[in-house]
Amino acid sequence: MPNRQRRAALAITMGAVLGLAGALAAGPVLAQAALRTDLVVGMRLEPPHLDPTAGAAAAIDEVTYANLFEPLTRIDAEGKVVPGLAEKWEVSADGLTYTFHLRKGAKFHDGTDADSADVKFSLDRARGAESVNAQKGYFAAIAGVEAPDARTVVVTLSRPDGLFLFHMASGDAAIVAPESAGANKQTPVGTGPFKFERWVAGDRVVLVRNPDYDGPKPALERVTFRFISDPAAQVAALKAGDIDSFPQFDTYEALPQFRDDGAFTVMVGTTEGETILGTNNARKPFDDVRVRRALAHAIDRKTLIDGVLFGNGAAIGSHFPPHRAGYVDLTGLYPYDPDKAKALLAEAGLPDGFATTLRLPPPIYARRSGELIAAMLAEVGVRVTVEPMEWAPWLEKVFKGKDYDLTLIAHTEPLDIDIYGRPDYYFNYQSERFNAVGAELDRTQDSAKRNALYGEQQRILAEDAVNGFLFMLPSATVQKSAVQGMWVNRPIQANDVTGVRWK
Amino acid sequence: MRGFVRRLRRLPVSLLLGGLLTALVVGAALLSLAWTPFPAEQVRVVARLRPPGPVHWLGTDHFGRDVLSMILVGARNSLAVGAAAVALGALLGVPLGLAASAWGRWGDEAVARLGDLLFAFPAVLTAILLTAALGAGAVNVVLALGLFNAAVFARVARGAALAVWRRDFVRAALALGRGPLSVTLVHVLPNIAGVVIVQGTVLFAVAVLNEAALSYLGLGIQPPSPSWGKMLGDAQTFLFTSPLQAIFPGAAIAVTVLGLNLLGDGLRDALDPRHRSAGLL
Repeated sequence: MPNRQRRAALAITMGAVLGLAGALAAGPVLAQAALRTDLVVGMRLEPPHLDPTAGAAAAIDEVTYANLFEPLTRIDAEGKVVPGLAEKWEVSADGLTYTFHLRKGAKFHDGTDADSADVKFSLDRARGAESVNAQKGYFAAIAGVEAPDARTVVVTLSRPDGLFLFHMASGDAAIVAPESAGANKQTPVGTGPFKFERWVAGDRVVLVRNPDYDGPKPALERVTFRFISDPAAQVAALKAGDIDSFPQFDTYEALPQFRDDGAFTVMVGTTEGETILGTNNARKPFDDVRVRRALAHAIDRKTLIDGVLFGNGAAIGSHFPPHRAGYVDLTGLYPYDPDKAKALLAEAGLPDGFATTLRLPPPIYARRSGELIAAMLAEVGVRVTVEPMEWAPWLEKVFKGKDYDLTLIAHTEPLDIDIYGRPDYYFNYQSERFNAVGAELDRTQDSAKRNALYGEQQRILAEDAVNGFLFMLPSATVQKSAVQGMWVNRPIQANDVTGVRWK
Repeated sequence: MRGFVRRLRRLPVSLLLGGLLTALVVGAALLSLAWTPFPAEQVRVVARLRPPGPVHWLGTDHFGRDVLSMILVGARNSLAVGAAAVALGALLGVPLGLAASAWGRWGDEAVARLGDLLFAFPAVLTAILLTAALGAGAVNVVLALGLFNAAVFARVARGAALAVWRRDFVRAALALGRGPLSVTLVHVLPNIAGVVIVQGTVLFAVAVLNEAALSYLGLGIQPPSPSWGKMLGDAQTFLFTSPLQAIFPGAAIAVTVLGLNLLGDGLRDALDPRHRSAGLL
């Protein structure tokens, strides 16, 4: 009975939405005059604050990146580095000097000029001793920042850094003003085409169009980011028309019903989120490569992608996304083969398997994958105790404290294969070979050579079976059919709405 | 035979209905030890989210596991946690309550204040705190709920025992020179047994409910072992796509709690008709 009632209620809601969409589509002349200039974007998580230069939470960039704050360079919808606050730049032949030319007329939202002094302040602040930047490493190669005139910035590096322009395009490298930087967490002041209006804690952040923006004006006048963490409530809010666009929608089981509904558009694109079975390489028995390879053989990625993502994701065989240049397909290295896994375990002196703990952070992909992997590992004799955790203890114990056997997490930073070279990273992985290739990458600017080196790094990680390499997290967006210009892919954690318009 | 029917008729309706529902759940739990349609932990993603049908009588969940099998094994898990939490509570709480009633003022005060301390927090909150500190899992849930139950048992046992201590036959036994321990065991304990049993069924229902709540939050019984609360939590994201996922575990929890509560009511009426609502919870 309740079921039937619910269906009836659903049918009424859907009918209403369809009717509305029909009315909009029916009168093009009328609709032209009444085109909406506001947008409500749904987000799963609320940002802890709004200063991208002082926090790792992706939700900060998902509100502010490209909309409110601009770095020197910027990542566009295709993942390319394009001009940001700097309209052009030159790199010296030795790769050690970068000269940025800033946009003429760029202003902060408080009316002050955004000039080279602000850039120098921002970069020095991010790399300084007092810095609270979440990605201090991005600025580690900087030896000095000079401001010869108001519109020119010269950055000298102490060593070549092949990813420098890429890193300077991240939200962590946003340009801020010395007068307002301290208050950016609550009342952010940037140089972007939108400025901050209000933040209703627990509910929404509102941005409005910046009338003084020196670049192309966005079509939208007002953008509201609404925070809805409950999956069922997300579906309901979309169906009710309260949300216009929901990027990074992770209730994958609901996608078919939106696909079947003409009022909505569903886009499934890629992210930079390599999802891995994080493995503590320093802890027994995972310090034995045969055990790690056994785990790799025991995991059926196809079932995992079907079960967790409802088929919306690509398998990976190393820590590199398939859509990026330089990708090497290594998914065939450890085919699903429980017998092989058992044989490898026996070879490693564990014929009866072993007991271990899998610590899971809160996202639904992690919880579901963990449950499936526990079942898969049980088949080869590995008895897994699943331990769900909240974010704070997970970050504290697993990520910082390295106190774990196995964990499951998507690494969403773009081009982050270098984390395997960090000496104190939570995988506890050390490889001279890998680090040597990494050092060569830093010296190399030529993209073909860089891609070959990336390929080599991927192979080393796969051969060492450092982690269980599972799948790429997809980026699903559900939105009203009349919304245009949202990113399909997520080359960087952002909801760039500067190009969004209603049709 | 006729005498049996007449006696059955005289029993309260709530006792019969409660007994029936409880027997159903216990039967399901026992059945799961011997037989389930499918292995309850068997994952088959290709067969996920099947509606109820001839193969999977109650359908399958998002990993293709058989819902009926999970419900049956879930009954076993729920009852095991509930029974363990009640047993732990009774073993700790009843002796404490009896001691408090026998010790006089100071002991009495100490036990009462200890109870107040535990009652200051709702049982679920205490359990969440404890599982957060000790880690999630069935054992810690039993520990947390058992501690809370111990406080309830202590309070109930003390109240009932105080009344017994004032009765003539107890005074007579004391006057004859019996020691307090002997009087407690021989006279007081048998006379409060009814109250304790009734309290036990009520706490059993509360424990089942709290276990479901904790498992729903991911703090209770850990996967792959099925639990009703976890099933309900998983079903939440499917409310719009396959609402049946939530109905079966929800119904199982409702039937169990309803059955145990009715059974408790009925037992109270049957065991102690003169104190229909005296001092229970």
